[in-house]
Amino acid sequence: MSSPMPWQGRRIPLAWLLLTRQPARLAVALAGICFAGILMFMQLGFRDGLFDASVTLHKLFDTDLVLISPRTMSSIAMAGFPRRRLVQAMADPEVAGTTPVHWNLLLWRNPEKRTTRSILTLGFEPDDSLFLLPELADQAKLLTQRGRILFDERSRPEYGPIARWLKEGRTVETEVAGKRVRVAGLVSLGPSFGADGNMLTSSETFLQLMPTTPPGSIELGLIRLKPGADAAVVASRLRQMLPPDVAVYSKKGFEEFEKNYWRSSTAIGFIFTLGAAMGFVVGCVIVYQILYSDVSDHLPEYATLMAMGYPLTTLLGVVAREGLLLSVLGFVPAWLAGQGLYVLVRRGTNLPVFMTGDRSLVVLAMILTMCMASALLAMRKLADADPAEIF
Amino acid sequence: MEVMGLSHWYGRGSMRRQVLQGVDLVIQPGEVVLLTGPSGCGKTTLLTLVGALRQVMEGSVRVLGQELQGCGRGERQRLRQSIGMIFQGHNLLRCLTAEQNVQMGSDLLPGLSYRARRDRARQWLRAVGLEDHMGKLPHDLSGGQKQRVAIARALAAQPRLLLADEPTAALDRQSGRDVVTLLQGLAREQGCAVLMVTHDPRILDVADRLVQMEDGKLWSEEPALVVG
Repeated sequence: MSSPMPWQGRRIPLAWLLLTRQPARLAVALAGICFAGILMFMQLGFRDGLFDASVTLHKLFDTDLVLISPRTMSSIAMAGFPRRRLVQAMADPEVAGTTPVHWNLLLWRNPEKRTTRSILTLGFEPDDSLFLLPELADQAKLLTQRGRILFDERSRPEYGPIARWLKEGRTVETEVAGKRVRVAGLVSLGPSFGADGNMLTSSETFLQLMPTTPPGSIELGLIRLKPGADAAVVASRLRQMLPPDVAVYSKKGFEEFEKNYWRSSTAIGFIFTLGAAMGFVVGCVIVYQILYSDVSDHLPEYATLMAMGYPLTTLLGVVAREGLLLSVLGFVPAWLAGQGLYVLVRRGTNLPVFMTGDRSLVVLAMILTMCMASALLAMRKLADADPAEIF
Repeated sequence: MEVMGLSHWYGRGSMRRQVLQGVDLVIQPGEVVLLTGPSGCGKTTLLTLVGALRQVMEGSVRVLGQELQGCGRGERQRLRQSIGMIFQGHNLLRCLTAEQNVQMGSDLLPGLSYRARRDRARQWLRAVGLEDHMGKLPHDLSGGQKQRVAIARALAAQPRLLLADEPTAALDRQSGRDVVTLLQGLAREQGCAVLMVTHDPRILDVADRLVQMEDGKLWSEEPALVVG
């Protein structure tokens, strides 16, 4: 028995015509898919953005390995450890340089509105290298004078119009932890999840602001290695050599440590993943409704095609293609809207939310799954198409 | 097409009702047979059985050399590609133009390019006198025009058996007449057997043979009429 496959090759784009000859229904379907896609883009964007934002500072440190206290939970609760450990680490032949860093959240007074807000303050020796920012070296010299700080111009606006005032040539003075400081210059770091704003100062000024800091105690130690050194090997050597009152991390490990805190100790991951899942479910319901009513409305026509000798698989293919078309047509505007909304989010929150290829693929995959699952469910309705009933 | 001792029932148990009782009918290629009878007598059931749309329960139906008794879904579907059907309601696809509707018929022909299938669709639309309406949707066509598109669609698949169920029911006298004459002429050219169910006394003269049905039985076969 020859198995004729007459519907091979180009044929009438039935799925496309079914969709486009009912523009109102198509518009509703696309709006629904687009909405679901935007919801997923936003929720996943926020989630990843928040996790990325928790390590804005971590990424900037000029370091290969870091020392922190094992009691440290996260960037908002940094515990101290003896500064001597950093000196001990210098004994390793592969270590090129170190930077001791003081780290704490202090109260900043908005010089305009007089309100206070906590600001992440790092104290370091102005001669040491802290960040991978070449411009910081010049700025750091300004800190050698006591009571001077560098303000992060990307801090949230609640800290006051510091950058604008400074650029206007005004002398900006305010109060940090109840003590008078002068803003000597600006750096560009960016707010993180744990801190809405940042400032840098010298160790000396830091200790002045935080007189209760135990002598010789720091919260973070940066360790730079000689070129060609294997960070993992040096790290394990340091772990053996140093007493257990410090923990050794690679730079990447330090970032993961911080992200992990926000992932496991907060409901952020759960909430935003759930939000994305809601978008998925809403999209499923809308697409299913559209495809189901589409199949129901055209049932006599599908039955006619079956009576003409078209196999059921062809009709299933039409519904599947409708699902595929919907997902592609819905994804494009969702992606574009996502881009636009990410720009708004970045402007409004300074969170590092970008349209990444990974996330685009994830959302595309979810929209595809959504549409194809709905198409599969709608196909069950095709079983009601009985060609014997159309005479 | 040969039907021998065909019986059919609807329903189950005490609700079971016999609609066909031992029907015998033979139609030769190129022959036009009209089937008449009161409504509910089983004419449409006979059409669906001959059209391979329903499973044969008892008796034998041979269509184009294939026995339908005990025939599977897939085999019936393939056989239907060689059977043209014209329905009481035209059953055109609303989202397709007249030309595309007819092409859904010619698309069933194996081994033809898209262009060849489209040209065939256009040719059939010209044959039914709708060359000026090829790009119109069914919505914009009159009842007679729609029925002519349906005929073109059925014939575009080059069927060797054509089944029609009251193709003139929704049409006025003149267009009904036109449609049937057209159907008869085209079927003759193709050497295609035609079985047409009708109530319409105005079109009986196109038949080579008239068959009457009542209560699930064929009770008379009149001698072939000569068409004028």
